Amino acid sequence: MADFLQILITAIAVGSLYALIALGYTMVYGILKFINFAHSDIFVLGAWTSLTASVCVITWLKLDTQQPPLWLAPVVLLCAMVVCGGVAFLVERLAYKPLRKSARLNVLITAIGVSLLLQNVGQLPGFTAAEKDGRSLATVPFGPSPSRMPSLLPDTSLISVPFPSGDPTIPAASVQVNLVDVFIFVSAMVLMFGLQHLVYRTKLGAAMRAVSFNTETASLMGVPVDRVMSFTFVTGAVLAAAAGFLYALKYPGLNQPAHEIWVLLGLKAFVAAVVGGIGNVRGAVLGGFLIALIEFMGMYLFSKYLDPLMGTNMGTNLRDVYVFSVLIVVLLVKPSGLLGTPVREKV
Amino acid sequence: MPEAANILELRDISVKYGAIRAINNVSFSVKRGEILTLIGCNGAGKTTTLRAISSMVRVSGDVTFNGSSTAGERPETLVRRGLCHCPEGRGIFANMSVEENLSLGAFTRNDRDAIESDRQRVFTLFPRIKERLKQNAGTLSGGEQQMLAIGRALLSRPQLLLLDEPSLGLAPQLVQTIFRIIREINQQGVSILLVEQNAHMALQVAHTAVVLETGGVAMQGPASDLARSDAVRKAYLGH
Ligand SMILES: Nc1ncnc2c1ncn2[C@@H]1O[C@H](COP(=O)(O)OP(=O)(O)OP(=O)(O)O)[C@@H](O)[C@H]1O
Ligand SMILES: [Mg+2]
Repeated sequence: MADFLQILITAIAVGSLYALIALGYTMVYGILKFINFAHSDIFVLGAWTSLTASVCVITWLKLDTQQPPLWLAPVVLLCAMVVCGGVAFLVERLAYKPLRKSARLNVLITAIGVSLLLQNVGQLPGFTAAEKDGRSLATVPFGPSPSRMPSLLPDTSLISVPFPSGDPTIPAASVQVNLVDVFIFVSAMVLMFGLQHLVYRTKLGAAMRAVSFNTETASLMGVPVDRVMSFTFVTGAVLAAAAGFLYALKYPGLNQPAHEIWVLLGLKAFVAAVVGGIGNVRGAVLGGFLIALIEFMGMYLFSKYLDPLMGTNMGTNLRDVYVFSVLIVVLLVKPSGLLGTPVREKV
Repeated sequence: MPEAANILELRDISVKYGAIRAINNVSFSVKRGEILTLIGCNGAGKTTTLRAISSMVRVSGDVTFNGSSTAGERPETLVRRGLCHCPEGRGIFANMSVEENLSLGAFTRNDRDAIESDRQRVFTLFPRIKERLKQNAGTLSGGEQQMLAIGRALLSRPQLLLLDEPSLGLAPQLVQTIFRIIREINQQGVSILLVEQNAHMALQVAHTAVVLETGGVAMQGPASDLARSDAVRKAYLGH
């Protein structure tokens, strides 16, 4: 029971991250009608900007490395959002905007190109941004070797619930709710509700939905279509930046930008968007949590029940299989995704 | 700046879709305060003419709206200048509520009180719309969608309203209503360029008529004259 709850907590935290990234995929698809393959690279950029920014601020202001002050986290988050938003703005302006009127396939291929570009630029041995005793602590760009994110939050558990095992020979287990998990969940929720408000309660949001439904008619209402598109793109990137920041808090060992862990993470967030119904904001959130839940529950249940039965040890290795099986099932049963309802126009 | 007598002037405008010439050297003007109807068979180029006016397609020739050229403008900037285009097929945002559709009509405006009074005016014209405010616009009947499209267009406070086949697919009684409302809107000071298949009704409400045939102007003149002309009666009125 205790280990089950513990896994559930992790799944919710990771699900928040998937949901945040999935929102970017879904918004860009909903409005610009293409899959932005470079989106997961913006997420990676968010994580690595968080690393660089925290190391730099800590070094420059000579802050305590073990227990940096609490204001550092929001400052670093802001840095990541600004950098990712800026890069996304440039990418959209230089790579996608000139292709507004060309075939979707061209844009898709361009997106793959942008993704490769970002991954490879990220691995260039950059210049030193912060150093101590002649040793480089952080470079821009990230560079080819893995790095470690300083811990910005105190490593405490907020709640610890003991679970007596019932059997005196087995020690009591306990469920820990860690600060970082709560922080991730709450931040993600705040951002998601903010987005929900933006999209469904503001004039700009109405313009976004109008553009998503029919670009041409939206322009006849006086909606500045190009600007709405750029804005949507940048908003998606800002959410991905937040996800990158939160990811780095939870998993501080950061790999090089082109590492397969990153690629898979982005891919799973994309699966979340598709499973929830691509183009649908609520669907992306639902998909994010669902995918994480299935991934972690799959690992847990397989390792606990199937592995001992079969004498194997592969429950954890199959984590990606669970995710992509869900994708296949959803695509077979409801191709438009869980919340995706194809709207038909009356003629 | 003195107001131009013509709210809209087209001089030798042509539009090509790839190699297809959809309209060719079309010239006519809409006088301020009048209803001009543009009639013609399917594929004559009526919709294309409207799209050319609101800069939705690449045009050669001059389009002058309210005294200045529309060259280099985009549909969204023309809305701010007082040109409103109610597109063929109504262009309802079926994923949004009726209320949101109406607010999008007023997208370019910030004068809350005036928008509210314009909304009330739309509700007087179309009481049905008011009953359906919270409903998803995609679930409205075809006629209700048409009313919503016209009401929404009015919320941009247009000086010139382009209507592309507002009576399409409506029951005869509703057609009467729509035409009555078009006249009312016109009497409130909005110039109207009306594209219609229903030449009979269109020629009744319009002051001026232009007949398009295979991408060019075949005839133009006062609507009552055209309604009496043999050529028009044979081709478009069916008697
Ligand atoms: N996007 C397009 N690409 C190619 N040809 C087009 C396009 N739009 C219109 N055309 C062609 O241009 C011509 C004029 O079309 P248009 O839509 O203006 O006709 P219309 O007078 O509005 O007809 P209807 O009464 O059927 O609406 C037609 O021959 C049509 O096939
Ligand atoms: Mg037409």
